[in-house]
Amino acid sequence: MIPFIIDGQSVEGKEGAHILEVALDAGIEIPHLCYNESVKPYGACRLCLVEVTRKGRTRMTTSCNHPVMEGMEVFTKSEKVLRARRMIIELLLGMCPGDKLLQEMAADMGVYDVRFKKGEKDCILCGLCARVCDEVVGAHAIQFASRGDRREMVPPFGEEATNCIACGACVVACPVNVVGMKDEGDERTIVRWKRTLKMKQCKVCGNYFAPWFQLEKFREKAKLPKDFYDTCFTCRS
Amino acid sequence: MVRLSSPQELEKYRDQILSKRKPNQPLITVCGGTGCHASGCHAVVDAFRSVLQEKAKGNGIGLRVTGCHGFCERGPLVIIHPQKVFYQKVKPEDVPTIFQDTVLKGKVIESLLYEHPVTGEKVVSEEEVPFYQKQKRMILGNNGSIDPTQIEDYLAVGGYRALAKALFSMKPEEIIREVKKANLRGRGGGGFPAGLKWEQCRNAPDEIKYLICNADEGDPGAYMDRSLLEGNPHSVLEGMIIGAFAIGSHEGYIFVRHEYPLALENVGLGIQRARELGLLGKNILGSGFDFDIKISRGGGAFVAGESTALMATIEGNVGEPRAKHIHTVVSGLYDKPTNLNNVETWANVPVIINEGADWFGRIGTEGSKGTKIFSLVGKVNNTGLVEVPMGITLREIVYDIGGGIPEGKRFKAVQTGGPSGGCIPDSMIDLPVDFDRLTEVGSMMGSGGMIVMDEATCMVDVAKYFMNFLKDESCGKCTSCREGTKRMHEVLTEISEGRGKPEHITLLEELGWVTTEASLCALGGTASNPVLSTIKYFRQEYEEHILNKRCPAKVCRALLHYRILPDLCTSCGRCAKACPENAITGVQKKKKEKGEPFVIAQEKCIQCGMCFETCKFDAVEVQ
Amino acid sequence: MTHSEIETIIERYGNRESSILAILQDVQAKEKYLPKEALEHIGEKLGIPINKIYRIATFYRAFSLMPRGKHEVCVCMGTACHVRGAQRIVDQIKIELGIRPGETTKDRNFTLETVNCLGVCAAGPVLAIDGEYFGKMSSAKVDGTLKKFRSDKKKEGANGKA
Repeated sequence: MIPFIIDGQSVEGKEGAHILEVALDAGIEIPHLCYNESVKPYGACRLCLVEVTRKGRTRMTTSCNHPVMEGMEVFTKSEKVLRARRMIIELLLGMCPGDKLLQEMAADMGVYDVRFKKGEKDCILCGLCARVCDEVVGAHAIQFASRGDRREMVPPFGEEATNCIACGACVVACPVNVVGMKDEGDERTIVRWKRTLKMKQCKVCGNYFAPWFQLEKFREKAKLPKDFYDTCFTCRS
Repeated sequence: MVRLSSPQELEKYRDQILSKRKPNQPLITVCGGTGCHASGCHAVVDAFRSVLQEKAKGNGIGLRVTGCHGFCERGPLVIIHPQKVFYQKVKPEDVPTIFQDTVLKGKVIESLLYEHPVTGEKVVSEEEVPFYQKQKRMILGNNGSIDPTQIEDYLAVGGYRALAKALFSMKPEEIIREVKKANLRGRGGGGFPAGLKWEQCRNAPDEIKYLICNADEGDPGAYMDRSLLEGNPHSVLEGMIIGAFAIGSHEGYIFVRHEYPLALENVGLGIQRARELGLLGKNILGSGFDFDIKISRGGGAFVAGESTALMATIEGNVGEPRAKHIHTVVSGLYDKPTNLNNVETWANVPVIINEGADWFGRIGTEGSKGTKIFSLVGKVNNTGLVEVPMGITLREIVYDIGGGIPEGKRFKAVQTGGPSGGCIPDSMIDLPVDFDRLTEVGSMMGSGGMIVMDEATCMVDVAKYFMNFLKDESCGKCTSCREGTKRMHEVLTEISEGRGKPEHITLLEELGWVTTEASLCALGGTASNPVLSTIKYFRQEYEEHILNKRCPAKVCRALLHYRILPDLCTSCGRCAKACPENAITGVQKKKKEKGEPFVIAQEKCIQCGMCFETCKFDAVEVQ
Repeated sequence: MTHSEIETIIERYGNRESSILAILQDVQAKEKYLPKEALEHIGEKLGIPINKIYRIATFYRAFSLMPRGKHEVCVCMGTACHVRGAQRIVDQIKIELGIRPGETTKDRNFTLETVNCLGVCAAGPVLAIDGEYFGKMSSAKVDGTLKKFRSDKKKEGANGKA
């Protein structure tokens, strides 16, 4: 275990851990948007900035992907950090003024106004949907496209995401709830990726429980018998 | 096919090449650099080829297309050897006369000589041209003597001697000590001590190490690396092989940006020839050391010049930088220790090995040794590539070498360091150019782009231009960089279009601050420099735009007002024809009738400036 | 582009995933854009999922997902060219051809692009058409330079003048 200090408090983290996880575990709040413990840290939103002093040098850095190091001192609420965080939330709010979560976070930091032209986006470009899809689920359905101020999260070619298995992991991972999943009759749609899949019906209870496409992928990967998913999870147990 | 398997064989081969080249042999060299390309050197080369074919077959008169001479403003450049007569702005029509008079009879053609702009004196040889006087062409100097596609030319000027010395008379640790002693700092912009980087990479515990040459040269206005790779690729290759030996790497990459097809071609050819001769690949010169180089082509992204983004691109991913909590010298390409250096940095290595660190250390300043190649461009008379010792002042570069500002206009500022740099005003023109001094004043050395600006350059427009570039080129990952550059551009657009507000300057400063402090890589980290440096030194110009809705440099279109002066108008009607909006009306002068002055309908005018450019009588006034 | 043509290109680079950029560049050079079917086939052969390929294809400026015109008109917007008035050149071409940067004329003859530096700074402002450089450009010279490349002798432009 590697000992270090956050805001004057002694903490310790495992080899390979990062500042943010250790802080959150110790009950120290650091605002964050693109961090999720199920995937590798990315460092896109820049909200989790902290100041780190080590070997006489102080640097401002993101805490989600900074490895724990012996003897370092972390400051999560220094003036510089708070100023940076306020500007970042203002920039995010300027991008997506309608997001409730951003409005809340901004209000917590004392930011109520956006001093630039308000945008009309809803996606905060944190990348969690794609990261979960790539790293956890392995479906590889969506990714970032373009760069700079044209960066966006889209299904390939802007058309239906053909690798998507409609598992809904992205829907859950999205911090601002803009992906959307709808079940209508025997169809499930992941709204943002324009993906509609027909659902399989349970032989026993008659409910539509999961998309055919998804179940087939699982069956192939786990080499299960053809009729394995004829019964839904509930009825099987 | 000769394959050299010892330093002795290399020297023997070199002697063979030299013995076939008589010192007084007639030779015509034509500069084949990109600047001369654009001025039409191909046609000149073709003209020489046909003249030689017709009149001098078998006569032993050589024709060599060489690398960039640096004096791009005066291209096409032709030098006649052995007299070393320097001709500039040569046209294909001049070729037969050059051949008859200078090549065959040794007579000099006055009209093609460089004329000193002040004294009017005609200059015959290259060394006497004022442009070259204060330069120290340690790296670029050989460009003019070699055909980049011929390895023999490079050998004839002493090429690969340093490699033989390094492999056979020095140990890797010695080489690193020498480079550290020379204090060679990275020429790509970072200025990090190369020797230190090499040492850290060498000490990283891994069998596999990679070496990279960064030829992404994305700074707009910079073309030094391009000219080195196109004009003297072997100088870079030699440096890389020496570096590989010092670090213990056996696999290297040259990452060339997509927009440089000729550089790709010439480097590829160079690698092939070096391999054939045994100077690259397995068992180099019989030393037992293996090292080979692959070429990787960029895809058109400025951010890919950042070292971690570049490595990601080579790996087949998007060029998004990653956090460097663990340095790339320890874990870089494919998570292996990787040493990345810029083209010009590599080209300095053979010089250091040949001449020694002490010799090298005598050039330059305390903190910045050696020379630096700059692309001196913009509002300056002698545009081109210049190589100067560190410590020379901006004044010397702009006036003595650059020949001052064209059309008698006033010098306003010099922009260095590309989009990561800043503008240095007239008041600091005596600043000695070196890494630390430039950083102290809010700019930076960068890769070497040096853009001269005059009174007709608007500093608000310059800041807006750079933000436009950066917001396009940002990879978009970090909120602070993506949104920061976008919003800075937005605010600057408001200011340049007459909608500026007093609080905008503070807003720009705050946006600049967060973009620098909160972003991951150097793109975002230095993005605010163009804005903050122009606000620092040219605040009044910003205020003119904001408070008085005026652009003193007459650049920001929306703030301009075009008017035809009735007294000067000759009613020729050219402006009306050129106007895309049909906004100019008048009665055209005909043979017997006088016509009436033309008038611009202000409500239709889009301030494109076509009327101003087309009018031959200076009758269009811009305010 | 046929599947076997694509596979030849992939083989040229040793069937390596890391060569994806070079492979896409060769396809772009041949087809003047990246057809969707080609991208899907490359992904299949190299085992790269389409979401990653699309990401790479849209990240880099070298690639176009829409067919480009016969002649690529590239205006250098490097700093040196900018201070010498490159924006005017772009505006003039916009008027002459009726398209904005990134767009292609209706008859598919011209595509207008801006590039952030061609590396020919001394001759700025620079215009490159199909890789041929035209230095010391001015808005007045644009028409004459484009003339050689027009598909017919009539202007495509929108200013309605003969």
